[in-house]
Amino acid sequence: MQPTLSFEQAPPISVPFRFFLTAPLFGAAAGLILAWLGPAALESRWAPGALAMTHLIVVDFMLQAMCGSLLQFVAVVAGANIWRPHLVATLVHPLITAGAVFLATAFLLEEQLLFLLAAGAFAAAMGLFLTVMALALLRTPARGMPIHVLRLALLGLLLTVVLGVTLAATLGMQESVQSVWSLLTLINVHVAWGLAGWALMLVIGVSYLVVPMFQLTPAYPPWLTRALPAGLLLVLCLWSLQLLPNLAGAQAWQSGVAVAGVLLAGLYALATLWLQARRRRRQADVTLVFWRGAMLSLLAFAVSWLAFDALPQFGNHARAPLWLGVLALPGVFLSVIIGMLYKIMPFLNWLHLQRQGGTAMPPPNMKQMIPEGAQRGQMRLHFAALALLLAAVLWPALALPAGLAFSASCLWLEWNLVGAARVYTRFRDRIRAAASQAADSARP
Amino acid sequence: MSFPTQILPDHHRHCDDLFVAAEEAVQRGDWAAAAPAFERMRDQMQAHFAAEEDLLFPAFETATGNSSGPTRVMRLEHDQMRPLLAQLEAACAARDADAYSGAAETLLILMQQHNMKEENILYPMCDQALGAEAQRIGAQMSALLEKGHA
Repeated sequence: MQPTLSFEQAPPISVPFRFFLTAPLFGAAAGLILAWLGPAALESRWAPGALAMTHLIVVDFMLQAMCGSLLQFVAVVAGANIWRPHLVATLVHPLITAGAVFLATAFLLEEQLLFLLAAGAFAAAMGLFLTVMALALLRTPARGMPIHVLRLALLGLLLTVVLGVTLAATLGMQESVQSVWSLLTLINVHVAWGLAGWALMLVIGVSYLVVPMFQLTPAYPPWLTRALPAGLLLVLCLWSLQLLPNLAGAQAWQSGVAVAGVLLAGLYALATLWLQARRRRRQADVTLVFWRGAMLSLLAFAVSWLAFDALPQFGNHARAPLWLGVLALPGVFLSVIIGMLYKIMPFLNWLHLQRQGGTAMPPPNMKQMIPEGAQRGQMRLHFAALALLLAAVLWPALALPAGLAFSASCLWLEWNLVGAARVYTRFRDRIRAAASQAADSARP
Repeated sequence: MSFPTQILPDHHRHCDDLFVAAEEAVQRGDWAAAAPAFERMRDQMQAHFAAEEDLLFPAFETATGNSSGPTRVMRLEHDQMRPLLAQLEAACAARDADAYSGAAETLLILMQQHNMKEENILYPMCDQALGAEAQRIGAQMSALLEKGHA
């Protein structure tokens, strides 16, 4: 008995687009917070401004973009039906947005009620999203490593959310509950699952498909496609052992576990750069440069981590975690996401318009959706902002220009994406007008 | 051995190579080389469509009694690629590098995500559903397709 497969569940275009079009706005907000608070936001990773910016970027920018893409992507790679994608998006999108705004404000104002509201919003949004994704990915007849890695990434997201909601609830009820775990332990495990178990795992799973696909590179070696997710999962499980009580004296091997994870990430970055150097399609388009920037940032992250480990006089500095954070968030993940959005939005535009217009009204091609010059300009500003952010970690006096540059880069991205959405609506309206004209003239 | 899962993915890679050769000739502005390179890619893609639509898909549909599922969507996607091939042909004739590169970009993504669905889902289903028939059909398809791939 063959499993039923329809392949045609590509959700309505408004499902992914609503996530894509709100994501950059919160990056812009994070940049403005940095510009507004100045050096105070960069005192340490615990500065309220730093926590607010971090969560605006990881939740409102990264998680939004990743959820929007997954709703689309899973339908394609897994041929899997997503349960009522329109309804899911209509519920999940405002809940994530509100949750992240509550959370960022809670950090800035240190307001307990807002932490509780954030916890509630995330629990609801992610509970629904993860259930729908799990149903689709567990029932798919599709085979292949990317599907397994996607499943692992969703497990990572689940654990990140459970830990995050626990943390937010703990912060929201400071006096009334006594957690068995120290806040720091919970945060350590939350951050590891969020960055490595969810975000990096997702990037790895997606890259197995899209790196060979866009630039026609050789495929990742099969042993590596298995070793990376398995190794990362093992590292994360060992790292999470710190949640067990009475694991005192674990400090030494915990840092060894972290080094193993960082080496795996570095290996992945090197493998990706190596494959891209062997691509059959020689042209270096914007998406490829974004991917390369992301992989170089990941290498820089790994080297910095090892250096901080070897040289505690630097590693123990209050701003060392901020240096790593800038490399990881704007450096690795936003670069990948922006590069992907520049492919995904034009392609979805084309796909949906082609279905509506057919051969009678062929849609504009992908390169006519977002002008290449605008993509390239925004990319240069993104990497300039990344450099300024790193400089601001070293010299916090640069917080203002760094925040403004990052904000401007996110706004330019928003402008480019809105442009793509406008091309879609303009052409869709032309198709509809032509159709109604044809219907009118057919009438006697 | 000539199961669909062995022949067709190799031919996808071969079409990729032909795609790159044509695109690079256009980017160099070498229209004398671009036209025959494009024609070779187009002919191989059309042969690939024909092998699937005339041999593999009907056999799968007969074996499973399902003609409204994955094969229908694959045919629809072939139909989405055909006008892009026509646009590339027109761009070649007009020596319009921008039009060529825009249509090529669109075709590449469409083609790659289509290949991914076929290779990960449909071909394995075909091997399984066709049983002993799979090799015979594989051999027939093999005769239709160029083997440039090492």
